[in-house]
Amino acid sequence: MNPTTNLQYDGSFDGFLSCVFAVYEQKISAPVIQKEFQNTADFFATTETIFTNEQRAKRVWKAFCKKTTSKEQKDVFKVFLSEIKGVENTILRYIQYTFKNDSSKGIDFGNKDILKISQVARMVDREKHRMEAFVRFQLTTDQIYVSTVEPDFNVLPLIINHFKDRYADQKWLIFDMKRKYGIFYDLISVDTVTFEHKEEHILKKISDNYDDKESEFQQLWDTYYKNVNIKSRKNTKLHLQHLPKRYWKYLTEKKPQ
Amino acid sequence: MSFDRIKEKLSILADAAKYDVSCASSGGKRANTNKGLGNNTGMGICHSYTEDGRCVSLLKILMTNHCIYDCAYCVTRRSNDIKRAAFKIQEVVDLTINFYRRNYIEGLFLSSGIFKNADYTMERLIRVAKKLRLEENFNGYIHLKSIPGTSDELMREAGLYADRLSVNIEIPTISGLKLLAPEKKHEDFIKPMNKVSTEITKYQSERKIIRSTPRYAPAGQSTQMIIGATGESDWDIIRSATYYYKKFNMRRVYYSGYVPVLSDARLPSLGSQVPMLRENRLYQTDWLLRFYGFSVQEIVNSQHQNLDLDIDPKLSWALRNLEHFPIDINTADKRMLARVPGIGMTSVSKIIQARKFRRLNWSHLKAIGIALNRTQYFIVCDSKDFYTKEYSPETLKQKILKNSSTKYKKYFDGQLSLFS
Repeated sequence: MNPTTNLQYDGSFDGFLSCVFAVYEQKISAPVIQKEFQNTADFFATTETIFTNEQRAKRVWKAFCKKTTSKEQKDVFKVFLSEIKGVENTILRYIQYTFKNDSSKGIDFGNKDILKISQVARMVDREKHRMEAFVRFQLTTDQIYVSTVEPDFNVLPLIINHFKDRYADQKWLIFDMKRKYGIFYDLISVDTVTFEHKEEHILKKISDNYDDKESEFQQLWDTYYKNVNIKSRKNTKLHLQHLPKRYWKYLTEKKPQ
Repeated sequence: MSFDRIKEKLSILADAAKYDVSCASSGGKRANTNKGLGNNTGMGICHSYTEDGRCVSLLKILMTNHCIYDCAYCVTRRSNDIKRAAFKIQEVVDLTINFYRRNYIEGLFLSSGIFKNADYTMERLIRVAKKLRLEENFNGYIHLKSIPGTSDELMREAGLYADRLSVNIEIPTISGLKLLAPEKKHEDFIKPMNKVSTEITKYQSERKIIRSTPRYAPAGQSTQMIIGATGESDWDIIRSATYYYKKFNMRRVYYSGYVPVLSDARLPSLGSQVPMLRENRLYQTDWLLRFYGFSVQEIVNSQHQNLDLDIDPKLSWALRNLEHFPIDINTADKRMLARVPGIGMTSVSKIIQARKFRRLNWSHLKAIGIALNRTQYFIVCDSKDFYTKEYSPETLKQKILKNSSTKYKKYFDGQLSLFS
């Protein structure tokens, strides 16, 4: 049996692709790719740190793109953003499979890695779609529409274009409370921002600086939400299925009063 | 604008609009130009869900709930003693823009009670849409109700600003309409539908020659029928829906289980159950007809006028046509795969792709995500175990029901215990 080789990387997509490069360059037969500090206690494994190398990452990605459709490429990126433990290895096997096989035949949903990729990509896509729906902007005195979210997966990179195209004439900020970074649009471009403050501090800072009309519109929205409900059709199970409780604390209409 | 007054109006006019089922915000592709507000990619988004589990995607309100008509099924009918209110045009515009900017909604669904006459009412709805598009540079979704009896000129103008137009025929049959809304004429409903449908066809053919032809109602038109207010069979409803799909190129026909809101001798009494399950079965049928290649006759016909409530319409069809089964998953054509109970269109395309590489067995099928509890009786695959025993349709149905849990179980508990 071949001993496994742990390849540790910094958590970035380019870092991951650099690992893929290393697997081919060093002909590693039993690689396990993992993020730094994510130690698994495998006594016999050798551990190696892979430094992110943009050039190498680009080479891997270019080769992968040659053999795949743009949907398959997007799916791989989405699966990577899922941050599910060990998902890097599924992607690695998938990339290896793609390099080895002829892609013109279609997609083999009988292969378990391929099926997994398509299923996880779908989960991430659903989360991305949820964020496009559940972001609630609050207007602050400096005329920035601010929103805080806590998505299951790291989907902010996927929603940038959606919000940029939609709210082209207003400044906005969407902040991921779990991953402690946000995306900010300043009417020209979108940049990544980070805050050092604690969660409660950020939330308080926003509500202390509401624009004059902000509370009124939140109340109007709440009124509207309550009045479109048809009581005789109450269906709590369906309600929770569409709107899981973990999202409630950031939704204006579901926030506990 | 006085906040409290707006709040009151909003509660009255949202409450009255909620029986309109449509909340679609898809299909109206509209790109953001010149840094305006909103961008519609043609994909709908449900921004929230009410406690009844319905999607909230549009600001769905009435312009006013004053109405000159007295239709038995409608909350805002003339003789009903309720609070009345009316929005000003600017108020609707402000609400829409401010809700949209906060990412609460995809756009506006504006309907209205009819005051003075059809054209007067329609004109005000159009003015809201026009203002949003031209003054606010708004690219979100706009759904306008076409008021029955509106003139062709106004319907033409409405389609230039709205993404979708709809007329609710409400009662599926002409006789039912006479009973419940004697003041309204069937022709009044048909008139705007006809105009919209011809305008859409005209736009599509003109656009091929002149690319800059102004767009006309890109998300098409839809209509809605109330289910269970009068005594129609499912056969009547489906036939009627098919007629509207074919004749007017409807994007959607919505079915709305009647919610008893008024006491009237002609209608189900107050407090009677909303027929939600029947509504669900009708939607399933609608999908089978539009996406699965079924014809009306196969699902409902003079012998089977009503859909089974305890099983879905596809399973019901399969049980009546057991001679077509079992089919071989590895060789069957697309059309037949789509007809197997428990296999949806997503699974159909996955099966077709996967079987190019290998013969599929039960574990492949399970991983792909088909509902084996139903499917297993209707297929063979690359495995020696499959159901060889020939069951009668009734036994098979009981066998399937026993192994499945439906969210509608509470409706049947009483009945099933008789047989088990």
